[in-house]
Amino acid sequence: MTNQQTFKIAIASGKGGTGKTTLSTNLAALIAEREEVVLVDLDVEEPNSGLFFNGTLVHEEDNHNMTPNWDESLCTLCGLCQEVCNFNAIIQLGTSILVYPKLCHSCYACSELCPVNALPMEPTQIGKLRDYKLGKLHYVESRLNIGEEQAVSSIAKTKKYVAEKYPNVSLAIFDSPPGTSCPVMEATKDADYVILVTEPTPFGFHDLKLAIETMHELKKSFGVVINRYGIGNDEVINYCKAEGIDILAKIPNSRQIAELYSEGHLIYPSFPEVKTALSNILEHCLSIKEGERI
Amino acid sequence: MKIAFTAAGKDWDAMIDPRFGRTEYIVIYDDSSDELSVIDNSAVKNEAHGAGTATSQKIFELSPDILITGNGPGDNAAKALEKMNMKIFVGAQDLTLKQALEAYRKGSLKEC
Amino acid sequence: MKEIVVISGKGGTGKTSLTASFGIMGAKDVVLADCDVDAADMHLLMQPDFEVAEDFYSGEVAYINQSNCTSCGLCQDVCRFDAISLHNEQYVISPLDCEGCGYCARVCPTETIINNDLLVGQLFVSNVKTGGQMVHARLGIGADNSGKLVAKVKDEAKVLALKNKKDYILVDGSPGVGCPVVSSLSGASFVVLVTEPSVSGLHDLKRVYELVKKFNIKAGCIINKADVNSDKQAEIKRFLMDEGIEHLIDLPYDENFTKAMTLGQTIVEYENQNLTSLLEQTWEKIKQLTNQNNREK
Repeated sequence: MTNQQTFKIAIASGKGGTGKTTLSTNLAALIAEREEVVLVDLDVEEPNSGLFFNGTLVHEEDNHNMTPNWDESLCTLCGLCQEVCNFNAIIQLGTSILVYPKLCHSCYACSELCPVNALPMEPTQIGKLRDYKLGKLHYVESRLNIGEEQAVSSIAKTKKYVAEKYPNVSLAIFDSPPGTSCPVMEATKDADYVILVTEPTPFGFHDLKLAIETMHELKKSFGVVINRYGIGNDEVINYCKAEGIDILAKIPNSRQIAELYSEGHLIYPSFPEVKTALSNILEHCLSIKEGERI
Repeated sequence: MKIAFTAAGKDWDAMIDPRFGRTEYIVIYDDSSDELSVIDNSAVKNEAHGAGTATSQKIFELSPDILITGNGPGDNAAKALEKMNMKIFVGAQDLTLKQALEAYRKGSLKEC
Repeated sequence: MKEIVVISGKGGTGKTSLTASFGIMGAKDVVLADCDVDAADMHLLMQPDFEVAEDFYSGEVAYINQSNCTSCGLCQDVCRFDAISLHNEQYVISPLDCEGCGYCARVCPTETIINNDLLVGQLFVSNVKTGGQMVHARLGIGADNSGKLVAKVKDEAKVLALKNKKDYILVDGSPGVGCPVVSSLSGASFVVLVTEPSVSGLHDLKRVYELVKKFNIKAGCIINKADVNSDKQAEIKRFLMDEGIEHLIDLPYDENFTKAMTLGQTIVEYENQNLTSLLEQTWEKIKQLTNQNNREK
């Protein structure tokens, strides 16, 4: 398994657009003012964290999925591959076999069941992993090529890369994809602590409850950060209080914050209260980290 | 000549189904015999993923000369349809099969 | 009957709030379909009565019938998803990890593994406060949205619209650029793109428009929170011009959207001034373009 030293914080949310990326980038930048930290963008369909940093690229590699590759010279056109594929990723059209790598789930059934080995599995490039450095901040992202849908393997690989490359960094922050589906579960399943970002609105509250359900399912310890605090109502706060869920911070609603975000700027350097909120979040995470050591 | 339609029903008065992969039916018109034949596509419609490739495969087996549909096939389906010696006409949504055939004969459907 | 689909690529642009507002203005003439099933929120503004609820299945999940299992372990050998493990000398499948590929069932020598249809969530048909109807779905934890689920939600809406002779189906489309959004777009008469003037808003708009283009569907765009960043707003407008996308309206950054939502309302129910009249104009324009789209053929 991964090393024991790095404390892994995943930042997630049910609803999109609540400020996950804002929190991840600002928190990572604040930590990097005093110690080494890794920020990992696992929203592989749409990794936007990088828009906030102008770092130096230190490493780049391809991400792959294994998919079957048709060897015409061996194929007897028996049709078994098409029959076994549950995803319509391989079809036979007369005398040719067509493989759709984007629909393929890499289950290997067609390849291994082919009686004449005419479908060897080969790596297909589906995106790139990039590792940037800016001062004490390491920023790692994986980006799927447009139209690729199989996100889970890239998420798993990115986590592995970070664990191997930065075993001695004490904190790593994982920006997760939105929603409650497989990619989210993959992104958060081995985090030591999860921060759920929400808005104090009916939509935010509804989606927060779904995210909380997911965290219970994964048996994760988690806390909530309320973004755009001041708009909406107290439903989220009352709910968290009633359920005994920690509210780590409230980030104020402000048009100026929206403007900074739209330009791709960090927030906390211009907003002391955001900096205080981030410090509180960090302190809470560190206390949990220490708690686990004891 | 055989003409295939993606269709929401089974006869000339049925509407064109604008979808390719998840079309309800595939209707084939053979102008040499002036007959319609109907293929139920509901099994494909219920595939979680990859409906486009599965429907393409069916079309291949039917080997029409012309396909008339609505929005047009997606990427996956297009890749399979390329392999066939068939012309594809789109933009026939909101027409019945009969109207779509007339529109095709008048040359008012877009070839893709 | 026409199908209008609202999509945005990025989350948090106000897509659902706007779709719901159009739903209110369209009132009885509109059947609403919420295909944003990962975060199906539109019902929160619509007072649905959940008249019909049905389980929804998509894909498969493997299950080992223990009585015939010889514990040969072949299923575990072939599974690439680490979904099969040995517990107390019995092989069991973790449904959350099972990808539904069916490989294990195919190789099992005693045919003791069966592929069950996977229950992914529930589908609801409701009467809503507009006087019209709405179809929406709720996914279970860890379940993925799929082209099939989106198609099913839209089909139900279509059946209602035909039966009750409604003019429009208004679809709150799926996020992202994958299979669900393709299924959301499939069959659309007109697409409304909702974006915001930020680095990521523009980026995601471009990505999702690639799909719209492929399907030859006419599109219009709403720039929400347009006054937050005038440079980005201008950049978006240039993009719309280059692509021949109708620029429907610029909406200002306005906290009344949220205030309305807090009351379970759309903006057009909450305020009676500027925003409402802008949205009324927009809705008229959308209807006009949707219908014009057809006469052109």
